[in-house]
Amino acid sequence: MSETKALESMIGEEYKYGFTTDVEYEDFPAGINEDIVREISNRKNEPEWMLEFRLKAYRGWKEMEEPSWFNATYNKPKFDSLQYYSAPKKKPKLDSLDDVDPNIRETYEKLGIPLDEQKMLSGVAVDAVFDSVSIFTTFKEKLAEAGVIFCSISEAIQNHPELVKKYMGSVVPARDNFYAALNSAVFSDGSFCYVPKDTICPMELSTYFRINNMNSGQFERTLIIAEDNSQVSYLEGCTAPMYDENQLHAAVVELVAMENAEIKYSTIQNWYSGDKDGKGGIYNFVTKRGACRGDHSKISWTQLETGSAVTLKYPSVILQGDYSVGEFFSVAVTNHMQQADTGTKMIHLGKNTKSTIISKGISAGKSNNSYRGQVKISKKADNARNYSQCDSMLIGQTCGAHTFPYIESANPTGKIEHEATTSRVGEDQIFYLQQRGISEDDAISLIVNGFCKEVLKELPMEFAIEANKLLGIKLEGSVG
Amino acid sequence: MLEIKDLHVEVEGEGTEILKGVNLTINKGEIHALMGPNGSGKSTLSKIVAGHPEYEVTKGDIIYNGESILELDPDERAHAGIFLAFQYPVEVPGVTNNTLLRESYNTIAASRGREELDPLEFDDYARTKLELVQMNPDFLERSVNTGFSGGEKKRNEIFQMAVLEPRLSFLDETDSGLDIDALKIVADGINKLHGDEDSVVLVTHYQRLLNYIEPDFVHVMMGGRIIKSGDKSLAIKLEEQGYEWLETHAKVNGEVV
Repeated sequence: MSETKALESMIGEEYKYGFTTDVEYEDFPAGINEDIVREISNRKNEPEWMLEFRLKAYRGWKEMEEPSWFNATYNKPKFDSLQYYSAPKKKPKLDSLDDVDPNIRETYEKLGIPLDEQKMLSGVAVDAVFDSVSIFTTFKEKLAEAGVIFCSISEAIQNHPELVKKYMGSVVPARDNFYAALNSAVFSDGSFCYVPKDTICPMELSTYFRINNMNSGQFERTLIIAEDNSQVSYLEGCTAPMYDENQLHAAVVELVAMENAEIKYSTIQNWYSGDKDGKGGIYNFVTKRGACRGDHSKISWTQLETGSAVTLKYPSVILQGDYSVGEFFSVAVTNHMQQADTGTKMIHLGKNTKSTIISKGISAGKSNNSYRGQVKISKKADNARNYSQCDSMLIGQTCGAHTFPYIESANPTGKIEHEATTSRVGEDQIFYLQQRGISEDDAISLIVNGFCKEVLKELPMEFAIEANKLLGIKLEGSVG
Repeated sequence: MLEIKDLHVEVEGEGTEILKGVNLTINKGEIHALMGPNGSGKSTLSKIVAGHPEYEVTKGDIIYNGESILELDPDERAHAGIFLAFQYPVEVPGVTNNTLLRESYNTIAASRGREELDPLEFDDYARTKLELVQMNPDFLERSVNTGFSGGEKKRNEIFQMAVLEPRLSFLDETDSGLDIDALKIVADGINKLHGDEDSVVLVTHYQRLLNYIEPDFVHVMMGGRIIKSGDKSLAIKLEEQGYEWLETHAKVNGEVV
């Protein structure tokens, strides 16, 4: 079999999570204006300061232009016809799992995320976000014993307003960029995590995002705060049904690491990526940023990006504290007509700060895969160091791989290293493995896994296996 | 075991014929040496037997254990016991020798009705085979051929052969690029692996390898055909007189080479 045939067999692989769930939604008008923003805040029974935050963001957003500097082309979302709030009808308060709509529970079961604590991976607490709202958070009590707060952001606004008020928008300001401003105006839910001083979070935390409603955008907000000498590992997973129309996912994630604290944030993104002709799929326009506020703090982003029709995403770290460390490990896979423009920003402000970027891009089909990264060393950041490695792998003749590294150093003691490679999975590589008895699909899977190994090993154990499988499915024949 | 009948082959999509009617019969337990100048088609022949997708068979057949294998994928041929030691072994970064070989071993074992080995069992098994080519156990943990020296790559091919225990092996210029010590190690390994049940085809430019491995038959390829076959003495004569002697010989017999 030829390389192209292998590619075809991969293309034939169906998206497993493309089903829809029949759910009754709360009525909510489409479109966006100040009244809509007020109504969202009203439905969520928010305090005045939260509404002010939203309105400020909305007014800022109205003045902004939708960006177009990235290496992707697509039909712009129709912001006027989108529905900005989509919540399943529910009882006023969810006290136990029994109150969750059985259809939604079943959805998570199908996705392999049972919300029943007995059935779950014992080491992982899950916040399940369905369209715009957090459905259920598991292991809350167990975490509370350790002093860790893990709940939906709506609950946090009600129960821990001082924390939310202090930190929300402190890393990604309300008017940071077009999509972040939109999110700040209309976000409906998301996850909140607070790890107090001297605490190592006793289990992995995870949010599972599911878009179900066809016409709604998903705007969720995640805020994670790790106080002095604390540690937390967090994972997000994402899937969506298959629709012919594009859905917008514009999330904001903010991380704050205080002195000697460590946050590890991992993503397995498997949004529906459209059909092979590029019809449908999610627009994943997400702002993710972490601030290493304290000395010796550390933030790691690890991402496996396999889905979405269009991905624009640059998880970044602001290295404020001296000796703080930022890491970005990424595997971005594109196939068919997918477009990904993804990378990171490492902003060195503190002295002796260190950042590492390992990016692996794999493109197949007619897809386009770009790495865009910025490393900035400010004047005061003495002895800052960065190491970047960007490797691209091409499968077939019709895909594209691009690298856009931006390097800025205002301090002569800074050290920046950048390495980049591009390779093609060749017929010879596949033939070699096939000659050793390995089937063509397995050969491709093996080659791709080898290529991504440095990144995959950064994923938490529980998810590494899932990641391997996902890569296998996504890339079967694609590395040919 | 293997019967190649009037095999004509083109490079797929190019229409240039590179094998122009090859006939070759290999029986169980035999060692054959396939010699010839550059571009004579001897490397091509071994790749075709292994099923390389670049080539198209336009006429003739390859019969292996009584059945045509032309329609089989390369992995299916490997399952049936055909092995090719590559002239230029391919690098697979990030995949360890151990991972590749365990997967290889188990897929071949499954199709032969042998028991599959778990990682620990396989590690023990692979270590016994390492000795055959005098390689360190850390060799198992290195990425396949990545950063290997030319000699290491060739030894790795023979190591893989030792692990997979094929029935019919084509060793494509396994001797080239080896210093004399490495050549002895490789030749010694091949001799130890060879038994009554399996056959080996040594594809080589030089008679040198045949000082260490004694072939039952020697064939000379030129211009996409086997133009002469004989015993070991043919190789010695070639070493003394070069291929030119054969070219003249061929022309005298009215053949176009």
